[in-house]
Amino acid sequence: MNILVCVKRVPATGGRVTLTGDGLAIDARFLSFTISPHEECAVEEAVRLVEASGGGTTTVLTLGAEAAADQLRDALAVGMTRAIHLVTDGEDWDPMATAAAIVGVVRADAAEGFDHDLVLFGNEAADSGDYQVPIRVAAALDRPWLTGVKGLDVEGTSVRARRDGTRGQEVYHVPLPAVLAVREGLNRPRYPSIPGRLRAKKVAIMATRPERQVGGPTMIRLRVPDEEDAQVHVLGTGAEAAPAVVDLLESLGLVNP
Amino acid sequence: MSGLGAGAVIVFVEHATGEPAPASLAALAVARGLADALGAPLEAVALGEGAVAAASALGAHGLGVVHVAHDDKGDAGRPFDTPALPGRLLAHLLVTNAPRALIAAATARGTETLAYAAALTNLPLAAACTQVSAADGEDPARALSVTRLRWGGSVLEEARLDGATVLLTVADGAGADGAVPAPPAGAPRIITLADEGGQPDTRVRLVERVASAAGGVSLAEARVVVGGGRGVGGPDAFGLLEELAALLGGTVGVSRVVTGAGWRPHSEQVGQTGTRISPDLYIACGISGAIQHIVGCRGARAILAINTDRDAPIMARATYAVVGDLHAVVPAIIAELRRRGATPGA
Ligand SMILES: Cc1cc2nc3c(=O)[nH]c(=O)nc-3n(C[C@H](O)[C@H](O)[C@H](O)COP(=O)(O)OP(=O)(O)OC[C@H]3O[C@@H](n4cnc5c(N)ncnc54)[C@H](O)[C@@H]3O)c2cc1C
Repeated sequence: MNILVCVKRVPATGGRVTLTGDGLAIDARFLSFTISPHEECAVEEAVRLVEASGGGTTTVLTLGAEAAADQLRDALAVGMTRAIHLVTDGEDWDPMATAAAIVGVVRADAAEGFDHDLVLFGNEAADSGDYQVPIRVAAALDRPWLTGVKGLDVEGTSVRARRDGTRGQEVYHVPLPAVLAVREGLNRPRYPSIPGRLRAKKVAIMATRPERQVGGPTMIRLRVPDEEDAQVHVLGTGAEAAPAVVDLLESLGLVNP
Repeated sequence: MSGLGAGAVIVFVEHATGEPAPASLAALAVARGLADALGAPLEAVALGEGAVAAASALGAHGLGVVHVAHDDKGDAGRPFDTPALPGRLLAHLLVTNAPRALIAAATARGTETLAYAAALTNLPLAAACTQVSAADGEDPARALSVTRLRWGGSVLEEARLDGATVLLTVADGAGADGAVPAPPAGAPRIITLADEGGQPDTRVRLVERVASAAGGVSLAEARVVVGGGRGVGGPDAFGLLEELAALLGGTVGVSRVVTGAGWRPHSEQVGQTGTRISPDLYIACGISGAIQHIVGCRGARAILAINTDRDAPIMARATYAVVGDLHAVVPAIIAELRRRGATPGA
């Protein structure tokens, strides 16, 4: 079985977000980088499925700046076998342009004998939250798709995929080849091992610079929402604060005295 | 084109067998604001069993025209049992009616349906918008301005959406600035949407529904959530948080550090890639308050932070705080509740 997983490099912001002076990006000078937890689960699932199927390839793909090669190495370190880098100048691509570039890779891979039975995405990118690249890729390839996937079992030439519905869980039959957008909770991703890191260093990343299609929407600027400055009311320090806490619970009507 | 002049603004209304969903009515309010600004007619589309009833109900919301399809019960192509079908129907509507905009609530279903319709028609889609208006100094028939959520709502993006027909989903809680509800239009005209013909795409099929386990308080709906983060230190100490939650008639929620370490299941995770909560009180114990966690608990009426670090980011978001070690503070709160014989409030 061959699986392609698409990931996106994003800054690992902590408690506060600071924007760059031009308001076009998060100021990431002092931040590390990561991928979405949804995508970590997609990577983990691909590694497990190909291991269980007894052979095949796991390819990780990213579209992003030169530095996004780090995120490809991270995926290789936990067991992915091939890596493809669609190198950009670092500008954020809109979802239509991103999907078109990924479709190009799936077609080119197929021409070289890497027919991907599954193309996995995170349900939405951590930063842009566009919720549409997987479906655009599926539509362009005319492949069946499902979003919000939190469990999947391969059964011959199809998968049984579970997701949360409005009234409990829904189970779907999805024939292969297919495109799935998965959510965190699908599995618990492993951490890379030292031998995994060493192996990842040796894999040659296939890098190309794709043509950028015109799409939309076009970002004009970012803004951090103005939050009312919450004046925190410190009830006390340590265990001695307990009576004040219970007074508060009573006054909020959460417990009956 | 539907009539002369500006193309319509069409809202995809989700419904529970005939009852329009509140999220869709919120999207409708935003759509009405846009339609008014553009001088465009406002229409709706409803699919699946009960679509006609939903369409009739929309009359009270000022809708004069509602497109419907697959109202029949037990219809071979029940729209939502094959996720591709609703998007195909909307793509067909986009092609035949060339509306100015197609708008839905940013629910899981609204999002995937619009995404597929946009993909099939190769039109742009802006997800999770909080505002939409004509773009300043641009032809309103060609460009719209939107504000949309990034990072689950921690960051806002102002963007331009070019095209004569565009799609957008409306984020939960988006305000409809200046949109005045139109007077009831009486019974709306109901137009049956034709299938695009050919074989329906039933490759992906719903084969089973598993009802959620009954009992227990659901995290999304709990009135009190007792949250635990890295500061809890390991799986065992969660017994304390469970005990406190039980005394308050609430439930336990956790940070990603906790689920990543395998201390608790992902179903308890609060945040951008977990569950959004909106309790009356969120008691955040040993949680620093990363933006991805905060977007999950912004709906809380009040936050009580229990943290050893007076300067943790959560302190800037919390209403109340206790500075101290949760392993001392939480048992003391439990003891005090027991001493007073407190029971959960009604
Ligand atoms: C794309 C993306 C999505 C994410 N999604 C989520 C999500 O959905 N949910 C989520 O939670 N995180 C999410 N994260 C992770 C997030 O950025 C933080 O890493 C995480 O929330 C931190 O968890 P924490 O607060 O438990 O740990 P830490 O940040 O390590 O904070 C621990 C806190 O405990 C305090 N503490 C330590 N010991 C004690 C003690 N004995 N008593 C009291 N206080 C103590 C410390 O002072 C500190 O403030 C996401 C990250 C990314 C990049």
